[in-house]
Amino acid sequence: MTIELALFYLLSAVTVGCAVMVIASRNPVHSVLFLILAFFNSAGLFLLLGAEFLAMILVVVYVGAVAVLFLFVVMMLDVNFRRLREGARLYWPIGALVGVILLAELILVTGGWAFAGGFETAAPIPSDPSITNTEALGRVIYTDYVYLFQTAGVILLVAIIGAIMLTLRPRGTLRRQDIAEQVHRRPQDTVELRKVDTGAGV
Amino acid sequence: MAIPLSHFLTLAAILFTLGVFGIFLNRKNVIIILMSIELILLSVNINFVAFSAHLNDLVGQVFTMFVLTVAAAEAAIGLAIVVVYFRNRGSIEVEDINLMRG
Repeated sequence: MTIELALFYLLSAVTVGCAVMVIASRNPVHSVLFLILAFFNSAGLFLLLGAEFLAMILVVVYVGAVAVLFLFVVMMLDVNFRRLREGARLYWPIGALVGVILLAELILVTGGWAFAGGFETAAPIPSDPSITNTEALGRVIYTDYVYLFQTAGVILLVAIIGAIMLTLRPRGTLRRQDIAEQVHRRPQDTVELRKVDTGAGV
Repeated sequence: MAIPLSHFLTLAAILFTLGVFGIFLNRKNVIIILMSIELILLSVNINFVAFSAHLNDLVGQVFTMFVLTVAAAEAAIGLAIVVVYFRNRGSIEVEDINLMRG
């Protein structure tokens, strides 16, 4: 067994174990932490496949942003998570049935196929070792797939605006600046002159 | 390549099944359902990258990047909806979500 194969078995075993714990854990915070570990191990798998850029993107985007977002939401919501798990005993037989059928079908499909051959490579991975994976990916993204790249940016913009619009709420306690009201203030409305006797006070 | 492609495909199949099973198992908890969807997308990404390495084609990795983008957007919008829903109803049980049933 080569060291690559041993590394693959280690990373994939941890990934699958973490995935099991994500769906089986009683505490959602533990679920999020196992999800983070699963993403780290998948990044290792991507490294084994030679996709360094995607491995780093997976760590940055998923662990740094998405998983932390999950963690914030889980900790922010004051939910009785024990009540949410009550029906699990009811649902797991049908879930297991569907899962076993799906897994058997997927393994049957992926185990017994072969390439027909005669296809064309759209963007071959450069064989020159001086060109890194990031550079090769950038050369493809910014030329052939630039429209798709821009569309991805628009999707992210829509997601930003949507998330902000959904969670923004007008609060009554907020004191905003009203410039028109400030400009229309007159001295006779706000300043009062009083004759104060000496030693008497107001 | 030292690792056969079928190993990666089997791993992705197992992860996909676990994601689907997670949706069945946690039918009441929206947050775990969103995490299961992330697992499913991760398995799809593993498939894409494995085929990309096997076929010596970069387009699989390009597509994986777009899948990552859409997954991040989906998680952000989904969690925002969960937060707003919790603010309005005080619960995130899927069975309680029937405001639009009419």
